[in-house]
Amino acid sequence: MSSPARVLDVDPRHAVAPRRWITERLALSEITDDVARPLNTWPSLGWFGAFAVAFTALGIGAACVTYEIATGIGTWGLNRTVGWAFDITNFVFWIGIGHAGTLISAILLLFRQQWRTSINRSAEAMTIFAVMCAAMFPLIHMGRPWLAYFVVPYPNSRGPLWVNFRSPLLWDVFAINTYLTISLVFWYVGMIPDFATLRDRAHGIRKRIYAALCLGWNGSYRTWARYETASLILAGLATPLVLSVHSIVSMDFAVSILPGWHTTIFPPYFVAGAVYSGFGMVLTLLILTRSLMHLERYITIRHLDAMAKVTLLTGSIVGFSYATEIFTAWFNGSIYEKAMFYNRATGPYAWAFWTMVSCNALAPQVLWSRRVRTSPAALFVLSILVNLGMWLERFVIIVTSLHRSYLPSSWVMYRPTFIEVGTLLGSFGLFFTCFLLFIRLLPMIAMWEIKAGASHD
Amino acid sequence: MTREYLVATFEEPGALVDAVTRIRAHGFKIYDVYTPCPVHGLDEAMGLRRSRLGYVTFAAGAAGLVAALAFQFYCAVFDWTLNVGGKPDNSTLAFIPITFELTILAAGLATAKAFLARSGLLPGVTAKLAAPGVTDDTFAIALRWRATVFDTGEARRVLRESGATQITQTEMDL
Repeated sequence: MSSPARVLDVDPRHAVAPRRWITERLALSEITDDVARPLNTWPSLGWFGAFAVAFTALGIGAACVTYEIATGIGTWGLNRTVGWAFDITNFVFWIGIGHAGTLISAILLLFRQQWRTSINRSAEAMTIFAVMCAAMFPLIHMGRPWLAYFVVPYPNSRGPLWVNFRSPLLWDVFAINTYLTISLVFWYVGMIPDFATLRDRAHGIRKRIYAALCLGWNGSYRTWARYETASLILAGLATPLVLSVHSIVSMDFAVSILPGWHTTIFPPYFVAGAVYSGFGMVLTLLILTRSLMHLERYITIRHLDAMAKVTLLTGSIVGFSYATEIFTAWFNGSIYEKAMFYNRATGPYAWAFWTMVSCNALAPQVLWSRRVRTSPAALFVLSILVNLGMWLERFVIIVTSLHRSYLPSSWVMYRPTFIEVGTLLGSFGLFFTCFLLFIRLLPMIAMWEIKAGASHD
Repeated sequence: MTREYLVATFEEPGALVDAVTRIRAHGFKIYDVYTPCPVHGLDEAMGLRRSRLGYVTFAAGAAGLVAALAFQFYCAVFDWTLNVGGKPDNSTLAFIPITFELTILAAGLATAKAFLARSGLLPGVTAKLAAPGVTDDTFAIALRWRATVFDTGEARRVLRESGATQITQTEMDL
């Protein structure tokens, strides 16, 4: 027991002990060793197995995309009524996945959440790979992707005929490119100190690569002080950016007059859904990698618990949005809106609608239980359901709204072809191939941030 | 340029902050401190000024905003007007999303570039380490040694009392 005089000695900033996210006390060099180990050792059989599966999927996707580009969009199941389906579903799905990465790296940094330090690097990598997968879909949907540069406003020989700045589709071009660029910058700047650490323990060609990547970082504290300011500013910029990206994606739909799309709730609803699906994917990836790479000391049950809470919160917002949409369809008096929702819930795509409701609104409610939140196996199953549910949400929004709208004579059904399914599979292949290479080639945990947390104690 | 430095290394960040405070209290000027991670309270101990990076961010963001808005206005109103669904040529509100994105893009890229340039972190630069292990688990203080104004014995004594594990006087190019 400390005497009253002793208590007064305590710096008030340290009066409440901060919560420990990594329970073990680790020496700083031990952190370097643990994180750098996968970069120097031969990959495990599990990694090779996962890589073989991912690379095969990527190969199938590449073959499907090549065939589609060589032949034409007719290889897809699209028709005159349903002009957007699998492609745009995949696009919105992947963009959404990326959002959790930015939330973890930027928004949680602004909120000074210590637990982000173990997972921010891999979540940021996930963002970049997901945005790459997403960007592929509008590109191949153009049919003639070699003319993709038409979306850039440049002085051209056609007038110059400028792009239509009033179109949400063009807003998307700017939003996605800005998002990808800023995410890459944030990711790279975050890795510079770790590249220096790796440089100083590597030899030969590796040393030269890391030395080039770290731009001459020498640990100067004058640089560190500036570095922290730069990180905060970049986080402050990335936060409104991430909210804008999915808001703009939602406007692709919301500014149209189609029942099911023409609704003002879309921007916040899409952002919440994006974070929800992104956390689903972060959970899937990290539950696998922490055991595959033996990083249980750094990505602890407490981290999983915290991520599960965010999933519960955003999943509940998504569920609430579904209820709001249904209520609005009933309350606003538009027969078209009402008919569209009736069709969604009871029509030919009802199976997709009810699977979506079960996965997104009902399934995350099990996370109220602490036992579920702290069980990696249960969380893994749930994270797969979240991914499935959120993919179906975009499918339901896009396809069920399009396939039966104002003109009954245009009502059709949509079925994906093998090429479309193969392309979706290929995007998963691309994502996991990139992620598996990332965990072998780059430090997947921010060493310097873990060290800063460890040296605080 | 090669100069003479007095470099003291520490194992504990707490001891480092303590040493920095004491060595400055004794009137020595610190050349720089080298650490593997940010250290709580070291900014204050070193008396570092607040970074002015925020001004760069603001200026670049403002430039991005004006450029994006002006460019869209020029294209849609002056250069080639397009009637899209009867909307006005100058649909300022519809220009906002792109303006916002370009503001963020300009501000973010400028901040990162300004940080790297100001810190001398540039392609092809070779790092000069004050002590081995400062990117792993060692903390180091470097004092620039000047024959006329430097009492080496006093500096060594203060550093050792603060818990320095090793104190060396070397010529190097930091």
